[in-house]
Amino acid sequence: MNQVAYHRATSTEDAIGSLRQPGSVLVAGGTNLLDLMKAGVAAPQRLVDVSRLPMAEIAPTSAGGLRIGALVRNADAANHPLVRQKYPLLSQALLAGASPQLRNMATMGGNLMQRTRCYYFYDTAYTACNKREPGSGCAARGGYNRIHAILGASEQCIATNPSDMSVALLALSASVRVAGLEGERVIPLADFHRLPGDHPERDTTLAAGELITAIELPPSRFTEHAHYLKLRDRASYAFALVSVAVGLDMGSGIVQDAALALGGVAHKPWRMPLAERALIGQPLSEGSAAHAADVLLAHAVDQGHNGFKIELARRSIQRALLNAAGGQA
Amino acid sequence: MQNDPANCSLPHDAEPLPPRLSRRFFMQSAGGVTAALGVGCVAPVGGLAPPSSDESAARSVQLDINGAAHRLQVEPRTTLLDALRDHLGLVGTKKGCDRGQCGACTVLRDGRRVNSCLTLAVMAEGSKITTIEGLGSPQSLHPMQAAFLHHDGFQCGYCTPGQICSAVALLSEVQAGHASAVTPDVRVAHPVLTDDEIRERMSGNICRCGAYPKIVAAVRQVATGAAS
Repeated sequence: MNQVAYHRATSTEDAIGSLRQPGSVLVAGGTNLLDLMKAGVAAPQRLVDVSRLPMAEIAPTSAGGLRIGALVRNADAANHPLVRQKYPLLSQALLAGASPQLRNMATMGGNLMQRTRCYYFYDTAYTACNKREPGSGCAARGGYNRIHAILGASEQCIATNPSDMSVALLALSASVRVAGLEGERVIPLADFHRLPGDHPERDTTLAAGELITAIELPPSRFTEHAHYLKLRDRASYAFALVSVAVGLDMGSGIVQDAALALGGVAHKPWRMPLAERALIGQPLSEGSAAHAADVLLAHAVDQGHNGFKIELARRSIQRALLNAAGGQA
Repeated sequence: MQNDPANCSLPHDAEPLPPRLSRRFFMQSAGGVTAALGVGCVAPVGGLAPPSSDESAARSVQLDINGAAHRLQVEPRTTLLDALRDHLGLVGTKKGCDRGQCGACTVLRDGRRVNSCLTLAVMAEGSKITTIEGLGSPQSLHPMQAAFLHHDGFQCGYCTPGQICSAVALLSEVQAGHASAVTPDVRVAHPVLTDDEIRERMSGNICRCGAYPKIVAAVRQVATGAAS
């Protein structure tokens, strides 16, 4: 690794102020950043260590939801009694990601910020990567792209977001609380991650100098019928080819409310209210599940080697919906 | 002494330091010394502007490793893995992929399993680290070490220290009631530790020799023994 300066932040204000120094980046768990530094993909001049700031609490909100501090470790969030009881979908998604060791290290805020595992982004021997070097091109387009995006891609980038956690957070309508020089703001998770468009180098809408302080969850009725289904190239410890987060609110055998989000298919976790509305007001059946999948995947595109993901996603959506309706949590 | 070539040395050769120069002060000023070598050596002297704090320089970090306090001089970029192996000679912890993918570098940080290859030593300051050397000794094996021996839970042995550290942490996670990705219902407080659960919970440790069935047997034996 290249030489890097290190500053241990003493407060949120100190951390935000420290980011004004050029080349400074925040580090907490370090599981993605250090990996990127070893790969030569990231080359920060200065690490601002926020891992000791007091943002590692999980507490109910006055609105009946849950506030999870940005520095809560993924393993701790997944195993917190309130998360397991009230947001089993989030617990399942967190546990589907990475390994026990990495979940003990990675933070909730860091998970939101993790970068794509597109092999062309990660391997600096490929000089064409608009995400790494804007304007350099995209080696994945026309390259071997079986893990790449089927939805929302642009001419400049077909990378996917690797997070499992974010898919569940999107289905749970979470939001991200951030602090910056101009104070605090709250970003709905749906607006936190970006589509690549003409600026694939920007993964999120977080502004320069902003720091994630917490993830906020509204009250959820998806406690009995929640299912996170992850399909990958091996049984464990791999990134998703396709994942599906489902939450259903069932009453008298009828779907009262539904949330359905996809992972591994786009530059951001994918959710369409239209697909959910197609499920509401009727029993969950193979037919209604297939219809919801059709709506979600209507604009899916085969990039050359990833056409199988369209069918994989279709079947995964149906299975996840039926599993959730069956009461698997 | 400020132009005495005898005092011209780079940080690597800087021990022992003259008593009135602190190591920290010397290290912080060494960049200036190096730059000045072409025009004659100028050592730092009092009365000049104080040196700007060099955040990239090696610094003193205290770690509690296997119950003993260690103070080491590490650069910010030094991983805990390299600090253990190269600075302290604790080579039981292995460097496999060095990228958080294989688990060979697994150690316990404050009782929790972590990848030491993705942990910076400066960030671990103040933590209690347990390595394979701290779990047991040849004369007094940790039960998990004994079970790995009994079940032949290895072949080449390279991944074994990480496997054992990981398995020891697995047991405490199970006792704490943690769920996993194969737990049928995460809402149930204390999942049953089936073989599927053991495999999933050990999935952060890769064994190229494929000793997995025997590793599962070893973990199962210690887990059931602990429960009885």
